[in-house]
Amino acid sequence: MSLDTPKFSDLDALYDVENAKVATEMYEDPTLFQEEMERIFKKTWVWVAHESEFPDKGSFKLSQVGLDPVIVVRDRKGKIHCMVNRCRHRAATVCEVKKGKTSSFQCPYHGWGYGLDGSLRAVPYPEQYGDDFDKSQHGMLKLRTESHEGMVFATFNEDAEPLVDFLGPEVCRYMTLFMKQGGGFPVKVLGEHQFSVPMNWKVQLENTTDAYHFPIVHKSFMQTLDEKTEDLFAFMEKNEGWVEDLGNGHSIMMMMPEREDLDACLDDPIEPRFEWLAEEIRKEGYSEEQVKKIVLAVGGPGFNMNLFPNVSFSLSFFRVLTPVAVDKTEIRHMALGMDGGPAIANRTRLRLHEHFQGPMGFGSPDDAEVWERVQRGTRGGEELPILVNRGIVDEEPGVMGPRGHVSSETGMRAAYQMWKRMMDKEA
Amino acid sequence: MTEMTKLDPKALLADVTEFLWLEADMLDRKAYGDWLDLWLTEGLYILPIGDGEDYENQLNLCYDDDKMRRNRIDRFNRGFSISSAPAADTVRTVSRIVIDSAEGDLIKLRAAEHLIEDKFGRQRIWAADLQYTLRVTGDGFKIERKIAKLLNSDGMLNSFSYLF
Ligand code: FES
Ligand SMILES: [Fe+2]
Repeated sequence: MSLDTPKFSDLDALYDVENAKVATEMYEDPTLFQEEMERIFKKTWVWVAHESEFPDKGSFKLSQVGLDPVIVVRDRKGKIHCMVNRCRHRAATVCEVKKGKTSSFQCPYHGWGYGLDGSLRAVPYPEQYGDDFDKSQHGMLKLRTESHEGMVFATFNEDAEPLVDFLGPEVCRYMTLFMKQGGGFPVKVLGEHQFSVPMNWKVQLENTTDAYHFPIVHKSFMQTLDEKTEDLFAFMEKNEGWVEDLGNGHSIMMMMPEREDLDACLDDPIEPRFEWLAEEIRKEGYSEEQVKKIVLAVGGPGFNMNLFPNVSFSLSFFRVLTPVAVDKTEIRHMALGMDGGPAIANRTRLRLHEHFQGPMGFGSPDDAEVWERVQRGTRGGEELPILVNRGIVDEEPGVMGPRGHVSSETGMRAAYQMWKRMMDKEA
Repeated sequence: MTEMTKLDPKALLADVTEFLWLEADMLDRKAYGDWLDLWLTEGLYILPIGDGEDYENQLNLCYDDDKMRRNRIDRFNRGFSISSAPAADTVRTVSRIVIDSAEGDLIKLRAAEHLIEDKFGRQRIWAADLQYTLRVTGDGFKIERKIAKLLNSDGMLNSFSYLF
């Protein structure tokens, strides 16, 4: 690296707001990555779970906040806790079961026992610690935890603003609209696809509100759709959608504005691709209104919303990113269904999810390929910028921030501005 | 072949081994047209996630009926999918074949598969437990069901531009 290349202390060189240019180091510099983990992932709200993943008292799941492995758990009163998966004695992980139910966590090494709230309850043979050993000072390291619309977030930062303020009113409104794909039932995580990609986490952060890549990267997926469905995905040609900066790095890509609010679509005729499904659900005795609602829910809403820094709501699934190293990121695609809804509707959702998502989907592998290509490409031409200026020319003011063409890079600009704000030491 | 299945377990093992090796060779050579011909129309090709066996009602990596199988192969072949143009090269071995049952024209068996992929100058290694339900037909064995359970199916994977 030559001496005159920008260092991360020079934030303006890393992200040039006015010209919407991102420096190559943003994907390549391991020191910068460490700084991001400190200044972003240790400071802001990070998504850790959906409530349906650990529905009962005592149920838990393992998750991650930046590089820190955490346990998310519901105590006996139903309160949610999140703590670092590390024993306070000599650091062993206290739990290696990905998901389950328990009444306490016991460290396997010397048997220290912790309650569901992370407090230290029992120490075998405590005498050698003396009389002034204070258990209350040796609980597991806790994170602040708050939920909205069933989405659980945690933060190491005691001073972070309340979750709903971080999300902001528009994100909260769209979250409510997104969850209408429960079709009148609670939204439930049905399973997840997991794959790791040799790329910087921000390559993924850019992608969820990037409509520009869709007709190119996902052409082979489109080719397997019937004409009507293909038409639904032809949002680039129709040009009715938009991308909008929702504040704090969040953004929305409205691809099918006619599907913004599923409840407003109840008078629409049932899509031909789902007529057979409607018939099956009718047979189960659901009212015509419920049938319509459920079938619409199966199709999902018409937008992707990206939340800074690690989760997005993508048509009909959650996409979660976990940074691992400067050039390695883990991706989870969580399939959603209707808790208590007709089995045939959930089956259909599962098959739709498998069709596009995951290591063997008709979409994700192509996404993973181009993301890796970005990481490979940035090994050369270090002085060249990465351009996220598309659509800046005809942006208009939206509710919270600029709104641009459906294929504009407004969402990326939103994310990078937040990135810059958080990385600024002075702030 | 039909008679053999009833008569001689050793001969049956040799026959299914030959069949599995031919299939493995087709998949490594990406001779997908030939591979599709190995299937019964009602056949299901499944890569499950985790230990659940209610494949229809759970999330899988793939759950392919005839139509999805053909679409998948089409996607590999047409050259519009960047991840399969070119796809990773693979070399696989199928072994540890155990015949669970052979009754009438129905054979159930298990096998191990080791696969190494190569792309972008890096190699990755995968292991899968295979479960087959084969039918003996006048046209040789046909696959009624193939379940390929990756060793870390519920763990962190990479995307696949080939079949197991
Ligand atoms: S490391 Fe946990 S009890 Fe010793
Ligand atoms: Fe994509």
